[in-house]
Amino acid sequence: MSRSILILGANSDIARACAHRFAQDGYAVRLAARDTNALASDVTDIALRHRVDVTAHAFDALDTPGFAAFLDALPELPGTVLCAVGVMGDQDQSQTDPDAAARVLRSNFEGPALILGLLAERFEARGSGTIIGISSVAGDRGRASNYVYGAAKAGFTAFLSGMRNRFARSDIHVVTVKPGFVATRMTEGLDLNPRLTAQPDEVADAIFAAQTKRRNVIYVKPLWRWIMTIIRVLPEVVFKKTSL
Amino acid sequence: MQISGWGRYPRIQAKLSTPRSEAALAALLDGGPLIARGMGRAYGDSALAAHTVSMLRLNHMIDFDPQTGQLVAEAGVTLQEIITAFLPRGWFLSVTPGTQFVSLGGAIAADVHGKNHHSEGAFSAFVDWFDLMGPGGTVTRCSRTENKELFGWTLGGMGLTGIVLRAAIRLKRVHSGWIRQTTIAAQNLDQALAAFEDTYSATYSMAWIDCAATGDTMGRSIVMNGEHALRADLPATHRARPFDIPGHSGKSIPFDFPGFVLNPWSVRAFNEFYFRMNARKPAQSLVGWENFFYPLDAVRDWNRIYGRKGFMQFQCVVPLESHAEGLRAILDAISRSGAGSFLAVLKRFGAQDSRLSFPMEGYTLALDFPMTTRALALMPELDRITADHGGRFYLAKDSRLPAQTLLDTDPRWQKFAAMRRQKGLAGQFASAQSERLGL
Repeated sequence: MSRSILILGANSDIARACAHRFAQDGYAVRLAARDTNALASDVTDIALRHRVDVTAHAFDALDTPGFAAFLDALPELPGTVLCAVGVMGDQDQSQTDPDAAARVLRSNFEGPALILGLLAERFEARGSGTIIGISSVAGDRGRASNYVYGAAKAGFTAFLSGMRNRFARSDIHVVTVKPGFVATRMTEGLDLNPRLTAQPDEVADAIFAAQTKRRNVIYVKPLWRWIMTIIRVLPEVVFKKTSL
Repeated sequence: MQISGWGRYPRIQAKLSTPRSEAALAALLDGGPLIARGMGRAYGDSALAAHTVSMLRLNHMIDFDPQTGQLVAEAGVTLQEIITAFLPRGWFLSVTPGTQFVSLGGAIAADVHGKNHHSEGAFSAFVDWFDLMGPGGTVTRCSRTENKELFGWTLGGMGLTGIVLRAAIRLKRVHSGWIRQTTIAAQNLDQALAAFEDTYSATYSMAWIDCAATGDTMGRSIVMNGEHALRADLPATHRARPFDIPGHSGKSIPFDFPGFVLNPWSVRAFNEFYFRMNARKPAQSLVGWENFFYPLDAVRDWNRIYGRKGFMQFQCVVPLESHAEGLRAILDAISRSGAGSFLAVLKRFGAQDSRLSFPMEGYTLALDFPMTTRALALMPELDRITADHGGRFYLAKDSRLPAQTLLDTDPRWQKFAAMRRQKGLAGQFASAQSERLGL
């Protein structure tokens, strides 16, 4: 299997940290994002630091008809794919503007699920591959503050878990990542509890380890697993009155 | 959010912006005062302002020329990242401070120095050029031939002339990651100073000095010299992989120590132990680059041993003409005060290289003090002794120097402040430190 990773949504802080982490281990890196101009400095940086082959590719998660051609144009079928595509959106806007809500649902669920589904077919034909999807703790239970985003992530989490189940007896492995709070562009300016907030580098280390150890579902800061377990088991009569 | 320097004093409430592109950075320069920040390893208030701009996401490496060793990188790249990328290829930093957790931009702004200052100069000596973003987002290429004035004011200018976007620095060729270390146990200050002068030709030198020792042993020190080891210097087992060295274990201080942990007795006991342990070690040894250059990096968050109140550093340089009396007077004042410095470093400097560089021909003393009323009361006395002996102060360590003391001891800063006003930089770039010191 070729030691290469395709990173979808490569302009995010987490994606960038992951690109460095895999390159450090000698992986060829395929960076894919809508804005390839913004990727140019990363291509140079990663190649210079890690002396690996790095290329940039245009990819729009909302352009589903273009997915197959996008995959055909890659230098190779990658050994690993990491999907870091996603937008938080604005919950208030998502409630009032169906187009905005559709964009959040499509960017966080439809696009990521469909491209990974296509890749899964090709991995199955080859007989190997690792699929890593960055989902969210927001998908573990819908909350008033961000349920449109949360619902899309819940869908993505279910899709990943379904694929994992499908490939359980093969050499194809599926990892679901629920990072919790991460110090990124998305969370800039928020006063987040440092015990619950990971740095992008920590997320990348956790993801790399998850691939190596073939872990299924990872939370980055361990506390999140406990928090989300409690949130999931709260009876609905109690949960519906909370404001989390 | 609340931010502070490495000494965790002072702490201020600040808006922290983290631009991810040159355009995003330029958009922040709207005339209001701000200061750039890297890894936050300046001890005091150098990189603190109500609006602080983190450069850590502008951290791409851009180019490396294996013929000349010139690296071009964005300001947010850290020295650790440079070593990680280039030591395996046989290149090391030409100058490094005592921690690798500083950014390239910060190293330029403070014109940091290392153990080779006497032999090779400060960080600025190996900076070929940089791009500086000034008011309104205009970018100026500065070097020894292009915009020389701005080049000179920026090296050591504490981020007050603009924001360094990217810089070209020269790395040095090395043949292994190992250092041949020579250790000399000096029983008092005179012996320590003699050891520095006797071994002046060493590439690297510094001394840990016991500030708790008094009387005949006042100023007793462990002087450490070093040279990059050649492949032939290594035992056969290391020769095949000369850059492979077991790294630090990455232990960290998980919580703030209570204030009473560091007291005059524990400081004295630690210093006694440290001196005896090192005095017994063999005079010659082979040590890894991390242990030689960055012993404190082995313990992440070591600043937490000083507790919540934080600590301060006092670092001065005393010129060669009066160094022995000056250093003796400082050590004497410390022992009389009973404040006790846990970590103290003595080092011989060579001549000043860049216009605003802190080092000058003489000796520098760097001292850590927990933030206590006793230590604070000692500072004016240390300031006075330094001034009386023609010395000056290092702003990257400072959190409390009075403006008048700085301007009296170091008139370069008066010219610097005038230049800032004249060029319209004072309104756009300001830190808590620059405001305190009237720069």
